[in-house]
Amino acid sequence: MRFVDEYRDSQTAQMLATRIAALCEPGRQYTFMEVCGGHTHTIYKHGLEDYLPENVSLVHGPGCPVCVIPMGRVDDAIAIAKRPGVIMTSFGDMMRVPGGSGSFLDAKAAGADIRMVYSPLDALKIARQNPDAQVVFMAIGFETTAPSTAMTVLRAAAEKMENFSIFCNHVTIIPAIKAILDSPDLRLDGFIGPGHVSTVIGCRPYEFIARQYGKPLVCAGFEPLDILQSVYLLLKQLSEGRSEVENQYSRVVPWDGNPLALDAISRVMRLRPYFEWRGLGFISHSALAVHDDYAAYDAERLFDVPGVRVADPKACQCGEVLKGVLKPWECKVFGTACTPETPIGTCMVSSEGACAAYYNFGRFTRQRLTEAARV
Amino acid sequence: MCLGIPGEIVEMDAEGTDLATVDVVGVHRKINIGLLERGGVNIGDWVLVHVGFAMSRIDEAEAAATLAMLTGLGQAYTDELQALAESDIS
Repeated sequence: MRFVDEYRDSQTAQMLATRIAALCEPGRQYTFMEVCGGHTHTIYKHGLEDYLPENVSLVHGPGCPVCVIPMGRVDDAIAIAKRPGVIMTSFGDMMRVPGGSGSFLDAKAAGADIRMVYSPLDALKIARQNPDAQVVFMAIGFETTAPSTAMTVLRAAAEKMENFSIFCNHVTIIPAIKAILDSPDLRLDGFIGPGHVSTVIGCRPYEFIARQYGKPLVCAGFEPLDILQSVYLLLKQLSEGRSEVENQYSRVVPWDGNPLALDAISRVMRLRPYFEWRGLGFISHSALAVHDDYAAYDAERLFDVPGVRVADPKACQCGEVLKGVLKPWECKVFGTACTPETPIGTCMVSSEGACAAYYNFGRFTRQRLTEAARV
Repeated sequence: MCLGIPGEIVEMDAEGTDLATVDVVGVHRKINIGLLERGGVNIGDWVLVHVGFAMSRIDEAEAAATLAMLTGLGQAYTDELQALAESDIS
């Protein structure tokens, strides 16, 4: 029990664990999905499953933005980056994500000008400093990062910049959750809702999950105790026959989200009719493109991109992992052919990907128990 | 990129620029505060910073807890701090 008490007293964790156990009906299996990759990270870093009864399992959701980028979009971005006079800018997380023919890192090694940035505003600065180059920002992420991209485009427009654009791959979390709810593969009892996405969109967009699907959702913070408390709140709802949206992270997440951030997104971006997600396939209205009003800042219109759909490698089971159907260690190539150094699938690339979290923290307690039981 | 890092506002730029300087574990960097209510932040306030933008105001206790949690993440946090340290927005 050394994991939680590094930061908070383990007595509270123990107390929550006891309460959680008391709420579980004997013989019933409970499966909760943590939607956000940040939560996955905390769960494995701190071995939180050790605090939960055997009949409560946490499965990982699609909320790792790097993990859900399909290979074809990586290839498109690389095609743009390879054009003469283009400087491609990207978050560091994206650099090793494999496309159909290599990653940003590979393209950079082959001579493309690809630069890591911390913020889209850093990309804008590179554009100011390189008036003769076309600077493209590889925009990825859920609603957590979309407002920052939108604000950067607004800034570029205000400055009447002519050499800055974004390759927009922003995705929206609600359609992905709906796709998982509609998928026949998985029976879920509730959701640990994403904390940082919710600072932008608030809690209201989740209400259909509680109302139409009858599943409780608790927006959760990122500390170990936040997650244990959220599991407790989910079980409490189930034991009382309720399905509601609750906000465990109200110290950061306002119920109505951030209106200025939502306004920035709606000014600069529009919903795509459909978008491909790695492993999940095409999902309607699940991603954002640049709005017509800002067409001059849309790399997709400025540059020809191949736009070819590239199937995921056969050996890779990221799709099943992203839907929570498979645990990372159940993937055929986990830890053997696919490692953080040589990832086959995206879930092994990002520190928030479920596979990388398992791999890095080596928290296989349940797997080991299961294997030990088999022997 | 998904990590929200707590920073304390130590300097406000001129009105209209939407910029402020934050202190993140001793590193001073400019961030954009245009996504927070106008007049909603002042020197000494804590904010959660995502990719160069303050996304929400938080209190000091939350900031301390979040920093402790992030420190425990190890490499992911070190990489994010390194990226932030190299950031130079204006």
